[in-house]
Amino acid sequence: MLAADNIAVSFGGIKAVKDVSFNVERGEVFSIIGPNGAGKTTIFNLISRIYDVDHGSVTFDDKDITNVPTHAIAELGIARTFQNTELFERETVLKNLLIGCHIHRKTNLLKDLLFLPSVRVQELEFRRAVEEVIDLLDLQSYRDKVIGNLPYGVRKMVEVARALCLKPKLLLLDEPSSGLNPEETEDLSFWLEDIKEDLGITVIMVEHDMNLVSRASDRVMALTDGALITIGTPAEVQNHPEVLRAFLGD
Amino acid sequence: MRFVRKTHYNQDIQLFKHNGQRFWYGLLAVFVLSAPLWLDRFYLGELSLVFIYAIAGIGLMLLVGYTGLVSLGHAAFLAIGAYTHAYLLGSGWPFPAAIIGAASLTAFVGIIVAIPALRMTGIYLAIATLAFAVIVEQVLTHWQSVTGGYRGMLVPDAELFGLDLTTPVIFYFLCLLMLTISLLVALNLLRSSSGRAMVAVRDSEVSAQSMGIHIASTKRMAFAISAGFTGLAGALFAHKIGYLSPDAFTLLTSIQLLLMVVVGGLGSLHGVIFGAIFIGLLPQGIALLRDVVPPAIAQIPGIEPGIFGLILVLFLIYEPLGMYGRWQKIRLFFEEFPLYRKATYKRQKSYLRTERLR
Repeated sequence: MLAADNIAVSFGGIKAVKDVSFNVERGEVFSIIGPNGAGKTTIFNLISRIYDVDHGSVTFDDKDITNVPTHAIAELGIARTFQNTELFERETVLKNLLIGCHIHRKTNLLKDLLFLPSVRVQELEFRRAVEEVIDLLDLQSYRDKVIGNLPYGVRKMVEVARALCLKPKLLLLDEPSSGLNPEETEDLSFWLEDIKEDLGITVIMVEHDMNLVSRASDRVMALTDGALITIGTPAEVQNHPEVLRAFLGD
Repeated sequence: MRFVRKTHYNQDIQLFKHNGQRFWYGLLAVFVLSAPLWLDRFYLGELSLVFIYAIAGIGLMLLVGYTGLVSLGHAAFLAIGAYTHAYLLGSGWPFPAAIIGAASLTAFVGIIVAIPALRMTGIYLAIATLAFAVIVEQVLTHWQSVTGGYRGMLVPDAELFGLDLTTPVIFYFLCLLMLTISLLVALNLLRSSSGRAMVAVRDSEVSAQSMGIHIASTKRMAFAISAGFTGLAGALFAHKIGYLSPDAFTLLTSIQLLLMVVVGGLGSLHGVIFGAIFIGLLPQGIALLRDVVPPAIAQIPGIEPGIFGLILVLFLIYEPLGMYGRWQKIRLFFEEFPLYRKATYKRQKSYLRTERLR
């Protein structure tokens, strides 16, 4: 579904990602692990076109997306979350999720300014879609709360919810469990299963919590210093000598 | 405390959320519609000016409060609207065509200003828009064949459906009508996806992009709409002052407009109205005070801008959310009357980057 072929990027003299290639199959949960600075988030930023690749290519659904503009990525069906949450802080949860519906709009500015009946119909549709996501992730009690007043764990879930509102084919989760307590992390692993099984969304996640990784993911890719170590099942990767060395030292 | 029982998504979309709002806005409508019956002609004129300021304020609020782009050049848009309107009227256009032409041309200029502004934010954008205002001011003084230069330009009297717009009462109702339309259009924008895109750009550009929002076109749109509203206000302003000259649209006007949205409360349309009342009526309030206080204080030169500045500083320190923020607190106090918790709005220090509001 998504294929990265020899992608590389460097910032000044630092080679953040060095010729990494991988394939993500439809319907799987694909995890990226690695120590700090291994280039995990950079790979996300390359896929979602926030950074340009130096060389190599990324294909999604057989379409080359290496040079697609950033805002067009969402329309292709790729949604993402951010490591430190990038929500619209001064708005309510509901409005954040409605912004997630933006790519499905069929109205234009003129219709919006006049609030024609078609705009109302679309708003009602958006709200129905948003409520389904709210129900899925149990966010009912936060619907009208302003993001700035919410605890960190809830914000992480709102971000996942907002990404789901795009109705994506591929979901990129950047450290979904960071800042969550063990109970919330447990919930997260069930939701990941729901997202995969019920919604049929392919998931790529960057994650440090090895428990969550081995429970939720089908395949794992390990990176260190921007280079690929190995790709395999969670058990294979966890016992790979190079991976152990990268994480634990010699 | 009021609890609204929601049974349909429409309740989130409609303009009035419950009967209490309908009652109070109805009362407000009765108040402004009946004002000509019991209000002195002079104050009716001042109220018209408040309405004009409010229309310009809606424009500026959409840009500053909802899209997060600061502009110190809105006096220029006001001027373009005013001059275009006067020029078109002078060339024989009927009033409705002239005012629509003025607003559209100003919106178009807004799009042009947006092109260099796309790459700038914060203080840099403020300076760029300031430069734009200076350019417009120069054009107004030197393009004598159209604007009359320093001598200025007489605004022709206008008629609408046989009604003479120079009559204070007719002009008052015209301003009220325009303000109502502007508010409705702004509210429509804010409850639809175009308005939400603006808010998204304000709060986080990177995540707006990954939601599929085109940053550049959203900013362009915000500039165009903002300039359009301000141009409309400019056209009405032209009739209000009757005679246009470049010194009616200086940096001070831009700052006054910005002051209006900040003191009113950034990020709310209520704030615009509060701010417009403040800006429009404060000079009168100060004039009235002059008669009461001892002459030694009343005669201090520059006391008016001084009081403006003092109030702005006090608001920035004690009430960054402006008059609307204060109003919300007062309302909550009465809603929860015996149970109001003092710490509800206590400002907290935030340590994580993500907890900080820009």
